[in-house]
Amino acid sequence: MSTEALITAPAPGVKLRTEHVGMVFERDGKSVSVLEAIDLEVRDGEFICLVGPSGCGKSTLLNVMGGFLPPTSGSVTIDRELVHGPDPRRILVFQERGVFPWLTVEGNIGFGLSKLSGAERDQRIAHYVQMMRLQGFEQSYPSDLSGGMKQRLQVARALAVNPDILYLDEPFGALDSVTRLIMRGELLRIWQTERRTIIFVTHDIDEAVQLADRVVVLSSRPAKIQDILTIDIAHPRNISSARYLEHRDDLLRKIGLAYTV
Amino acid sequence: MNLPVRLRPVAFIAVLLIIWQAAVNCHPGQLLPGPWGVVRGINDLLRHGLLLKYVVASLFRVTWGFLLAAVIAIPLGLAIGWYRRAEMAFNPLVQIFRPISPLAWIPIAILWFGVGDLAAIFLIFVGCFFPLLVTAMSAVHNVPSVYVNVGRNFGLGTADLVYRVIYPAVVPQLIIGSRITLGIAWLVVVAAEMIAVNSGLGFLIIDARNAGNRYDLVIGGMVIIGTIGLLLDLGMRSLERVKSFRWSYSEN
Repeated sequence: MSTEALITAPAPGVKLRTEHVGMVFERDGKSVSVLEAIDLEVRDGEFICLVGPSGCGKSTLLNVMGGFLPPTSGSVTIDRELVHGPDPRRILVFQERGVFPWLTVEGNIGFGLSKLSGAERDQRIAHYVQMMRLQGFEQSYPSDLSGGMKQRLQVARALAVNPDILYLDEPFGALDSVTRLIMRGELLRIWQTERRTIIFVTHDIDEAVQLADRVVVLSSRPAKIQDILTIDIAHPRNISSARYLEHRDDLLRKIGLAYTV
Repeated sequence: MNLPVRLRPVAFIAVLLIIWQAAVNCHPGQLLPGPWGVVRGINDLLRHGLLLKYVVASLFRVTWGFLLAAVIAIPLGLAIGWYRRAEMAFNPLVQIFRPISPLAWIPIAILWFGVGDLAAIFLIFVGCFFPLLVTAMSAVHNVPSVYVNVGRNFGLGTADLVYRVIYPAVVPQLIIGSRITLGIAWLVVVAAEMIAVNSGLGFLIIDARNAGNRYDLVIGGMVIIGTIGLLLDLGMRSLERVKSFRWSYSEN
Protein backbone atom coordinates (compact mmCIF):
# COMPACT_ATOMS: atom_id res chain seq x y z
CA MET A 1 0.00 0.00 0.00
CA SER A 2 1.39 3.39 -0.89
CA THR A 3 1.80 5.92 1.87
CA GLU A 4 -0.11 8.44 -0.20
CA ALA A 5 -3.32 6.52 0.35
CA LEU A 6 -3.00 7.04 4.09
CA ILE A 7 -3.13 10.80 3.87
CA THR A 8 -6.39 12.31 4.88
CA ALA A 9 -7.39 15.84 3.99
CA PRO A 10 -5.70 18.32 6.34
CA ALA A 11 -7.51 21.19 8.00
CA PRO A 12 -7.34 24.47 6.04
CA GLY A 13 -4.28 26.60 6.76
CA VAL A 14 -2.16 23.58 7.60
CA LYS A 15 1.33 23.96 6.16
CA LEU A 16 3.10 20.85 7.39
CA ARG A 17 1.66 17.66 8.64
CA THR A 18 3.35 14.59 10.06
CA GLU A 19 1.27 11.49 10.11
CA HIS A 20 2.28 8.68 12.40
CA VAL A 21 5.95 9.29 11.75
CA GLY A 22 8.19 6.59 13.18
CA MET A 23 11.94 6.22 12.94
CA VAL A 24 13.98 3.13 13.73
CA PHE A 25 17.77 3.12 13.42
CA GLU A 26 19.82 -0.02 12.99
CA ARG A 27 22.91 0.13 15.19
CA ASP A 28 25.29 -2.81 15.59
CA GLY A 29 22.55 -5.18 14.53
CA LYS A 30 20.11 -3.78 17.10
CA SER A 31 17.12 -1.66 16.18
CA VAL A 32 16.71 1.51 18.18
CA SER A 33 13.37 3.21 17.99
CA VAL A 34 13.86 6.98 18.01
CA LEU A 35 10.49 8.38 16.98
CA GLU A 36 7.12 6.80 17.56
CA ALA A 37 3.82 7.78 16.04
CA ILE A 38 4.41 11.52 15.71
CA ASP A 39 1.21 13.24 14.59
CA LEU A 40 1.56 16.98 14.25
CA GLU A 41 -0.05 19.75 12.24
CA VAL A 42 1.76 23.04 11.78
CA ARG A 43 -0.22 26.01 10.49
CA ASP A 44 1.08 28.37 7.85
CA GLY A 45 3.16 31.13 9.44
CA GLU A 46 3.23 29.43 12.81
CA PHE A 47 6.26 29.44 15.14
CA ILE A 48 6.66 25.98 16.65
CA CYS A 49 9.27 24.96 19.21
CA LEU A 50 10.17 21.31 19.71
CA VAL A 51 11.50 20.66 23.21
CA GLY A 52 12.43 17.49 25.02
CA PRO A 53 15.23 15.81 26.92
CA SER A 54 18.58 15.76 25.12
CA GLY A 55 19.04 12.82 22.80
CA CYS A 56 15.30 12.23 22.59
CA GLY A 57 15.08 12.61 18.83
CA LYS A 58 14.16 16.28 18.34
CA SER A 59 16.82 16.73 15.68
CA THR A 60 15.85 13.46 14.03
CA LEU A 61 12.28 14.67 13.76
CA LEU A 62 13.50 17.94 12.25
CA ASN A 63 15.64 16.04 9.74
CA VAL A 64 12.67 13.87 8.80
CA MET A 65 10.51 16.97 8.31
CA GLY A 66 13.27 18.55 6.23
CA GLY A 67 13.49 15.48 3.99
CA PHE A 68 17.05 14.60 4.99
CA LEU A 69 15.97 11.30 6.54
CA PRO A 70 13.15 9.20 5.15
CA PRO A 71 10.91 8.07 8.04
CA THR A 72 10.74 4.34 8.70
CA SER A 73 6.97 4.61 8.90
CA GLY A 74 4.37 7.30 8.40
CA SER A 75 4.69 10.36 6.23
CA VAL A 76 5.41 14.08 6.15
CA THR A 77 3.40 16.31 3.86
CA ILE A 78 3.88 19.99 3.12
CA ASP A 79 1.08 21.80 1.30
CA ARG A 80 -0.50 18.34 0.83
CA GLU A 81 2.59 17.19 -1.06
CA LEU A 82 4.58 14.24 0.24
CA VAL A 83 8.14 15.18 1.29
CA HIS A 84 10.66 13.06 -0.63
CA GLY A 85 13.92 14.88 0.06
CA PRO A 86 15.45 18.22 0.92
CA ASP A 87 14.07 21.14 -1.03
CA PRO A 88 15.17 24.80 -1.34
CA ARG A 89 11.63 25.84 -0.39
CA ARG A 90 12.40 24.87 3.18
CA ILE A 91 15.84 25.44 4.64
CA LEU A 92 17.43 23.88 7.68
CA VAL A 93 19.72 26.02 9.83
CA PHE A 94 22.31 24.00 11.73
CA GLN A 95 23.73 24.57 15.18
CA GLU A 96 27.35 24.71 14.07
CA ARG A 97 29.53 24.67 10.95
CA GLY A 98 26.54 25.49 8.78
CA VAL A 99 28.21 28.28 6.82
CA PHE A 100 30.76 27.50 4.13
CA PRO A 101 34.18 28.62 5.41
CA TRP A 102 35.62 28.93 1.89
CA LEU A 103 33.06 31.54 0.85
CA THR A 104 32.84 35.17 1.95
CA VAL A 105 29.72 36.52 3.66
CA GLU A 106 28.43 37.56 0.23
CA GLY A 107 29.31 34.22 -1.28
CA ASN A 108 27.45 32.37 1.47
CA ILE A 109 24.30 34.47 1.22
CA GLY A 110 24.35 34.12 -2.57
CA PHE A 111 24.93 30.35 -2.43
CA GLY A 112 21.34 29.42 -3.26
CA LEU A 113 20.86 32.23 -5.77
CA SER A 114 22.86 30.95 -8.74
CA LYS A 115 19.76 30.87 -10.94
CA LEU A 116 19.13 34.61 -10.51
CA SER A 117 20.70 37.28 -12.72
CA GLY A 118 23.78 39.02 -11.32
CA ALA A 119 21.95 42.25 -10.54
CA GLU A 120 19.07 40.48 -8.83
CA ARG A 121 21.46 38.36 -6.81
CA ASP A 122 23.48 41.39 -5.66
CA GLN A 123 20.31 43.14 -4.63
CA ARG A 124 19.06 40.12 -2.68
CA ILE A 125 22.45 39.76 -0.97
CA ALA A 126 22.54 43.44 -0.03
CA HIS A 127 19.02 43.19 1.40
CA TYR A 128 19.86 40.30 3.71
CA VAL A 129 23.27 41.69 4.66
CA GLN A 130 21.37 44.69 5.96
CA MET A 131 18.55 42.72 7.57
CA MET A 132 21.01 40.49 9.44
CA ARG A 133 23.26 43.46 10.31
CA LEU A 134 26.34 42.16 8.55
CA GLN A 135 27.25 45.46 6.86
CA GLY A 136 30.98 46.01 6.53
CA PHE A 137 31.64 42.25 6.56
CA GLU A 138 30.50 41.45 3.01
CA GLN A 139 34.00 40.41 1.95
CA SER A 140 34.96 38.70 5.23
CA TYR A 141 35.36 34.97 5.59
CA PRO A 142 33.48 33.14 8.37
CA SER A 143 36.73 32.54 10.27
CA ASP A 144 36.80 36.30 10.92
CA LEU A 145 33.22 36.38 12.27
CA SER A 146 31.95 35.81 15.80
CA GLY A 147 29.69 32.85 16.58
CA GLY A 148 26.60 35.06 16.60
CA MET A 149 27.50 36.59 13.25
CA LYS A 150 28.02 33.14 11.74
CA GLN A 151 24.52 32.13 12.81
CA ARG A 152 23.08 35.39 11.48
CA LEU A 153 24.88 34.64 8.23
CA GLN A 154 23.38 31.17 8.13
CA VAL A 155 19.89 32.58 8.65
CA ALA A 156 20.55 35.21 5.97
CA ARG A 157 21.61 32.53 3.49
CA ALA A 158 18.45 30.56 4.30
CA LEU A 159 16.12 33.55 3.96
CA ALA A 160 17.76 34.68 0.72
CA VAL A 161 16.19 31.80 -1.22
CA ASN A 162 12.77 32.85 0.08
CA PRO A 163 11.79 29.57 1.73
CA ASP A 164 8.34 29.09 3.18
CA ILE A 165 9.54 26.97 6.08
CA LEU A 166 12.62 27.54 8.21
CA TYR A 167 13.85 24.62 10.29
CA LEU A 168 16.25 25.62 13.03
CA ASP A 169 18.19 22.94 14.89
CA GLU A 170 19.29 24.51 18.20
CA PRO A 171 20.68 27.41 16.17
CA PHE A 172 21.76 29.46 19.18
CA GLY A 173 22.87 26.54 21.36
CA ALA A 174 26.59 27.24 20.95
CA LEU A 175 26.33 30.98 21.68
CA ASP A 176 26.81 32.80 24.97
CA SER A 177 23.65 33.78 26.82
CA VAL A 178 23.68 37.48 25.92
CA THR A 179 24.20 36.81 22.22
CA ARG A 180 21.49 34.17 22.42
CA LEU A 181 19.00 36.69 23.79
CA ILE A 182 19.85 39.19 21.04
CA MET A 183 19.52 36.47 18.36
CA ARG A 184 16.07 35.52 19.61
CA GLY A 185 14.97 39.12 19.26
CA GLU A 186 16.35 39.24 15.72
CA LEU A 187 14.62 36.00 14.78
CA LEU A 188 11.28 37.26 16.08
CA ARG A 189 11.75 40.53 14.20
CA ILE A 190 12.32 38.60 10.97
CA TRP A 191 9.48 36.22 11.63
CA GLN A 192 7.11 39.15 12.18
CA THR A 193 8.19 40.98 9.04
CA GLU A 194 8.49 37.98 6.70
CA ARG A 195 5.94 35.58 8.22
CA ARG A 196 7.50 32.23 7.44
CA THR A 197 6.61 29.03 9.16
CA ILE A 198 9.33 28.30 11.69
CA ILE A 199 10.05 24.99 13.38
CA PHE A 200 12.66 25.46 16.05
CA VAL A 201 14.38 22.71 18.04
CA THR A 202 15.70 23.70 21.45
CA HIS A 203 16.37 22.22 24.87
CA ASP A 204 16.05 25.65 26.47
CA ILE A 205 12.66 26.12 28.19
CA ASP A 206 12.94 29.92 28.28
CA GLU A 207 13.82 30.05 24.63
CA ALA A 208 10.71 28.06 23.78
CA VAL A 209 8.38 30.21 25.89
CA GLN A 210 9.89 33.42 24.53
CA LEU A 211 9.57 32.42 20.89
CA ALA A 212 6.84 29.92 20.17
CA ASP A 213 3.17 30.10 19.31
CA ARG A 214 3.02 26.47 20.37
CA VAL A 215 5.55 24.34 22.19
CA VAL A 216 5.62 20.65 21.33
CA VAL A 217 6.96 18.61 24.26
CA LEU A 218 8.57 15.33 23.27
CA SER A 219 9.12 12.47 25.70
CA SER A 220 12.44 10.70 26.12
CA ARG A 221 13.41 8.09 23.55
CA PRO A 222 11.53 6.79 21.69
CA ALA A 223 10.11 10.28 21.33
CA LYS A 224 6.35 10.67 21.38
CA ILE A 225 4.43 13.90 21.55
CA GLN A 226 3.74 14.23 25.23
CA ASP A 227 2.02 17.57 25.21
CA ILE A 228 1.44 20.66 23.13
CA LEU A 229 1.31 24.04 24.88
CA THR A 230 -0.12 27.15 23.33
CA ILE A 231 1.70 30.30 24.43
CA ASP A 232 -0.96 32.99 23.99
CA ILE A 233 1.16 36.02 24.84
CA ALA A 234 1.59 38.77 22.26
CA HIS A 235 5.08 39.83 21.21
CA PRO A 236 7.14 41.49 22.54
CA ARG A 237 6.81 39.23 25.55
CA ASN A 238 7.61 40.53 28.99
CA ILE A 239 9.76 37.78 30.43
CA SER A 240 9.06 38.73 34.03
CA SER A 241 5.28 38.99 33.69
CA ALA A 242 3.08 36.61 35.67
CA ARG A 243 1.64 35.23 32.45
CA TYR A 244 5.07 34.36 31.08
CA LEU A 245 6.20 32.73 34.33
CA GLU A 246 2.99 30.73 34.49
CA HIS A 247 3.65 29.28 31.03
CA ARG A 248 7.25 28.63 31.89
CA ASP A 249 6.40 26.77 35.10
CA ASP A 250 3.78 24.80 33.25
CA LEU A 251 6.32 23.76 30.63
CA LEU A 252 8.94 22.98 33.25
CA ARG A 253 6.48 20.68 35.03
CA LYS A 254 5.77 18.89 31.81
CA ILE A 255 9.41 18.52 30.92
CA GLY A 256 10.07 17.32 34.45
CA LEU A 257 7.53 14.61 33.84
CA ALA A 258 9.21 13.82 30.56
CA TYR A 259 12.53 13.37 32.33
CA THR A 260 11.10 10.97 34.88
CA VAL A 261 9.17 8.74 32.47
CA MET B 1 76.35 39.36 22.35
CA ASN B 2 72.89 40.38 21.18
CA LEU B 3 72.16 39.11 17.67
CA PRO B 4 68.80 39.82 16.02
CA VAL B 5 66.62 36.68 16.20
CA ARG B 6 66.59 36.23 12.43
CA LEU B 7 70.37 36.18 12.21
CA ARG B 8 70.84 33.53 14.89
CA PRO B 9 70.34 30.47 12.64
CA VAL B 10 72.73 32.00 10.08
CA ALA B 11 75.33 32.60 12.75
CA PHE B 12 74.89 29.04 14.03
CA ILE B 13 75.41 27.57 10.56
CA ALA B 14 78.48 29.78 10.08
CA VAL B 15 79.95 28.48 13.32
CA LEU B 16 79.32 24.87 12.24
CA LEU B 17 81.01 25.55 8.89
CA ILE B 18 84.04 27.02 10.61
CA ILE B 19 84.32 23.99 12.92
CA TRP B 20 83.95 21.70 9.89
CA GLN B 21 86.71 23.56 8.01
CA ALA B 22 88.99 23.57 11.06
CA ALA B 23 88.46 19.82 11.61
CA VAL B 24 89.31 19.07 7.96
CA ASN B 25 92.43 21.25 8.21
CA CYS B 26 93.59 19.35 11.31
CA HIS B 27 93.10 15.93 9.70
CA PRO B 28 93.57 16.30 5.95
CA GLY B 29 92.50 13.05 4.37
CA GLN B 30 89.96 11.39 2.15
CA LEU B 31 87.11 11.02 4.62
CA LEU B 32 85.35 14.33 3.99
CA PRO B 33 86.11 17.45 1.94
CA GLY B 34 85.90 20.78 3.73
CA PRO B 35 83.22 23.38 3.07
CA TRP B 36 85.61 25.44 1.01
CA GLY B 37 86.33 22.41 -1.18
CA VAL B 38 82.59 21.92 -1.64
CA VAL B 39 82.15 25.53 -2.72
CA ARG B 40 84.97 25.12 -5.27
CA GLY B 41 83.34 21.91 -6.50
CA ILE B 42 79.97 23.63 -7.02
CA ASN B 43 81.81 26.41 -8.79
CA ASP B 44 83.45 23.84 -11.11
CA LEU B 45 80.02 22.44 -11.97
CA LEU B 46 78.69 25.92 -12.65
CA ARG B 47 81.56 26.76 -14.97
CA HIS B 48 81.08 23.58 -16.98
CA GLY B 49 77.34 24.32 -17.28
CA LEU B 50 76.56 21.00 -15.64
CA LEU B 51 74.84 22.30 -12.54
CA LEU B 52 72.02 24.11 -14.33
CA LYS B 53 71.60 21.20 -16.74
CA TYR B 54 71.29 18.65 -13.94
CA VAL B 55 68.95 20.79 -11.84
CA VAL B 56 66.67 21.33 -14.82
CA ALA B 57 66.74 17.60 -15.64
CA SER B 58 65.74 16.65 -12.08
CA LEU B 59 63.02 19.30 -11.84
CA PHE B 60 61.67 18.26 -15.25
CA ARG B 61 61.22 14.66 -14.09
CA VAL B 62 59.71 15.63 -10.75
CA THR B 63 57.28 18.03 -12.40
CA TRP B 64 55.98 15.49 -14.90
CA GLY B 65 55.89 12.55 -12.52
CA PHE B 66 54.11 14.60 -9.87
CA LEU B 67 51.63 16.26 -12.24
CA LEU B 68 50.71 12.99 -13.95
CA ALA B 69 50.13 11.37 -10.57
CA ALA B 70 48.08 14.36 -9.35
CA VAL B 71 45.89 14.46 -12.45
CA ILE B 72 45.05 10.76 -12.16
CA ALA B 73 45.20 10.04 -8.43
CA ILE B 74 43.27 13.05 -7.07
CA PRO B 75 40.05 12.68 -9.13
CA LEU B 76 40.24 8.90 -8.70
CA GLY B 77 40.74 9.20 -4.94
CA LEU B 78 37.86 11.68 -4.62
CA ALA B 79 35.56 9.35 -6.56
CA ILE B 80 36.61 6.27 -4.59
CA GLY B 81 36.20 8.13 -1.31
CA TRP B 82 32.76 9.37 -2.29
CA TYR B 83 31.32 6.01 -3.31
CA ARG B 84 31.48 3.66 -0.38
CA ARG B 85 31.23 0.59 -2.60
CA ALA B 86 34.15 1.69 -4.77
CA GLU B 87 36.17 2.15 -1.63
CA MET B 88 35.40 -1.35 -0.40
CA ALA B 89 36.57 -2.70 -3.75
CA PHE B 90 39.73 -0.61 -4.16
CA ASN B 91 40.95 -0.15 -0.63
CA PRO B 92 42.65 -3.57 -0.15
CA LEU B 93 44.54 -3.08 -3.41
CA VAL B 94 45.63 0.42 -2.40
CA GLN B 95 46.78 -0.81 0.99
CA ILE B 96 48.92 -3.53 -0.62
CA PHE B 97 50.60 -1.22 -3.13
CA ARG B 98 51.07 1.71 -0.78
CA PRO B 99 53.85 0.29 1.43
CA ILE B 100 55.96 -0.80 -1.56
CA SER B 101 58.87 1.60 -1.90
CA PRO B 102 58.89 3.31 -5.30
CA LEU B 103 62.51 2.11 -5.60
CA ALA B 104 61.28 -1.49 -5.78
CA TRP B 105 59.80 -0.51 -9.14
CA ILE B 106 63.22 0.38 -10.63
CA PRO B 107 63.76 -2.96 -12.47
CA ILE B 108 60.23 -2.85 -13.88
CA ALA B 109 60.66 0.80 -14.85
CA ILE B 110 63.84 0.03 -16.78
CA LEU B 111 62.30 -3.06 -18.35
CA TRP B 112 59.28 -1.10 -19.57
CA PHE B 113 60.82 2.26 -20.43
CA GLY B 114 64.57 1.59 -20.79
CA VAL B 115 67.22 3.84 -19.27
CA GLY B 116 66.02 7.42 -19.67
CA ASP B 117 63.61 10.14 -18.65
CA LEU B 118 60.51 7.98 -18.98
CA ALA B 119 61.74 5.44 -16.45
CA ALA B 120 62.56 8.17 -13.92
CA ILE B 121 59.24 9.90 -14.49
CA PHE B 122 57.45 6.60 -14.03
CA LEU B 123 59.19 6.01 -10.69
CA ILE B 124 58.21 9.45 -9.44
CA PHE B 125 54.69 8.85 -10.69
CA VAL B 126 54.49 5.62 -8.68
CA GLY B 127 55.98 7.34 -5.64
CA CYS B 128 53.40 10.15 -5.78
CA PHE B 129 50.36 8.19 -6.90
CA PHE B 130 49.51 6.32 -3.71
CA PRO B 131 50.07 9.15 -1.21
CA LEU B 132 47.90 11.43 -3.35
CA LEU B 133 45.23 8.76 -3.78
CA VAL B 134 45.03 8.13 -0.04
CA THR B 135 45.00 11.87 0.69
CA ALA B 136 42.09 12.43 -1.69
CA MET B 137 40.15 9.46 -0.32
CA SER B 138 40.45 10.58 3.28
CA ALA B 139 39.83 14.22 2.34
CA VAL B 140 36.37 13.26 1.05
CA HIS B 141 35.65 11.33 4.24
CA ASN B 142 36.59 14.33 6.34
CA VAL B 143 34.11 16.67 4.64
CA PRO B 144 31.62 17.46 7.44
CA SER B 145 28.23 16.02 6.53
CA VAL B 146 26.69 19.39 7.37
CA TYR B 147 28.25 20.89 4.22
CA VAL B 148 26.83 18.12 2.06
CA ASN B 149 23.40 18.48 3.66
CA VAL B 150 23.42 22.24 3.12
CA GLY B 151 24.32 21.68 -0.53
CA ARG B 152 21.47 19.19 -0.96
CA ASN B 153 19.10 21.52 0.88
CA PHE B 154 19.77 24.27 -1.65
CA GLY B 155 18.88 21.87 -4.42
CA LEU B 156 22.33 20.99 -5.77
CA GLY B 157 22.59 17.99 -8.09
CA THR B 158 25.58 15.65 -7.91
CA ALA B 159 27.75 17.63 -10.36
CA ASP B 160 27.10 20.93 -8.57
CA LEU B 161 27.56 19.29 -5.20
CA VAL B 162 31.02 18.10 -6.24
CA TYR B 163 32.00 21.41 -7.83
CA ARG B 164 30.56 23.82 -5.24
CA VAL B 165 30.82 21.87 -1.97
CA ILE B 166 33.03 18.78 -2.04
CA TYR B 167 35.83 20.29 -4.09
CA PRO B 168 36.26 23.52 -2.09
CA ALA B 169 35.95 21.52 1.13
CA VAL B 170 38.81 19.16 0.24
CA VAL B 171 41.24 21.67 -1.32
CA PRO B 172 43.06 22.55 1.93
CA GLN B 173 43.69 18.88 2.69
CA LEU B 174 44.82 18.27 -0.88
CA ILE B 175 47.31 21.12 -0.56
CA ILE B 176 48.83 19.59 2.58
CA GLY B 177 48.93 16.15 0.93
CA SER B 178 50.50 17.59 -2.21
CA ARG B 179 53.15 19.35 -0.19
CA ILE B 180 54.16 16.13 1.54
CA THR B 181 54.00 14.21 -1.73
CA LEU B 182 56.20 16.70 -3.56
CA GLY B 183 58.74 16.11 -0.81
CA ILE B 184 58.53 12.37 -1.53
CA ALA B 185 58.97 13.03 -5.27
CA TRP B 186 62.11 14.99 -4.57
CA LEU B 187 63.47 12.08 -2.52
CA VAL B 188 62.60 9.55 -5.21
CA VAL B 189 64.12 11.46 -8.11
CA VAL B 190 67.59 11.33 -6.57
CA ALA B 191 67.41 7.57 -6.13
CA ALA B 192 65.88 7.05 -9.56
CA GLU B 193 68.60 9.09 -11.24
CA MET B 194 71.32 7.02 -9.63
CA ILE B 195 70.20 4.02 -11.63
CA ALA B 196 67.77 4.79 -14.40
CA VAL B 197 69.30 7.80 -16.20
CA ASN B 198 72.54 9.58 -17.12
CA SER B 199 71.75 13.08 -15.91
CA GLY B 200 70.25 14.91 -12.95
CA LEU B 201 71.36 15.56 -9.39
CA GLY B 202 71.15 11.89 -8.37
CA PHE B 203 73.35 10.94 -11.31
CA LEU B 204 75.75 13.75 -10.38
CA ILE B 205 76.30 12.24 -6.94
CA ILE B 206 76.79 8.65 -8.07
CA ASP B 207 78.91 9.70 -11.07
CA ALA B 208 81.16 11.95 -8.97
CA ARG B 209 81.93 8.97 -6.78
CA ASN B 210 82.35 6.38 -9.54
CA ALA B 211 84.32 8.55 -11.95
CA GLY B 212 86.98 9.80 -9.62
CA ASN B 213 86.06 9.89 -5.96
CA ARG B 214 85.12 13.56 -6.19
CA TYR B 215 83.53 13.77 -2.75
CA ASP B 216 83.47 17.56 -2.96
CA LEU B 217 80.97 17.14 -5.82
CA VAL B 218 79.02 14.51 -3.84
CA ILE B 219 78.56 16.91 -0.92
CA GLY B 220 77.95 19.78 -3.35
CA GLY B 221 75.14 17.77 -4.97
CA MET B 222 73.63 17.07 -1.56
CA VAL B 223 73.67 20.76 -0.67
CA ILE B 224 71.95 21.65 -3.95
CA ILE B 225 69.31 18.93 -3.42
CA GLY B 226 68.60 20.18 0.08
CA THR B 227 68.32 23.78 -1.04
CA ILE B 228 65.94 23.04 -3.92
CA GLY B 229 63.83 20.75 -1.70
CA LEU B 230 63.49 23.59 0.78
CA LEU B 231 62.46 26.02 -1.97
CA LEU B 232 59.84 23.57 -3.29
CA ASP B 233 58.38 23.22 0.18
CA LEU B 234 58.29 26.98 0.71
CA GLY B 235 56.48 27.31 -2.62
CA MET B 236 53.82 24.79 -1.59
CA ARG B 237 53.51 26.43 1.82
CA SER B 238 52.67 29.76 0.23
CA LEU B 239 49.50 28.14 -1.14
CA GLU B 240 48.34 27.55 2.42
CA ARG B 241 48.15 31.29 2.93
CA VAL B 242 45.52 31.85 0.22
CA LYS B 243 42.49 33.35 1.99
CA SER B 244 39.80 31.01 0.72
CA PHE B 245 41.92 27.96 1.68
CA ARG B 246 43.10 29.21 5.02
CA TRP B 247 39.95 28.39 6.98
CA SER B 248 40.85 24.79 7.68
CA TYR B 249 44.19 25.73 9.22
CA SER B 250 42.56 28.09 11.70
CA GLU B 251 39.87 25.49 12.50
CA ASN B 252 36.87 27.70 13.14
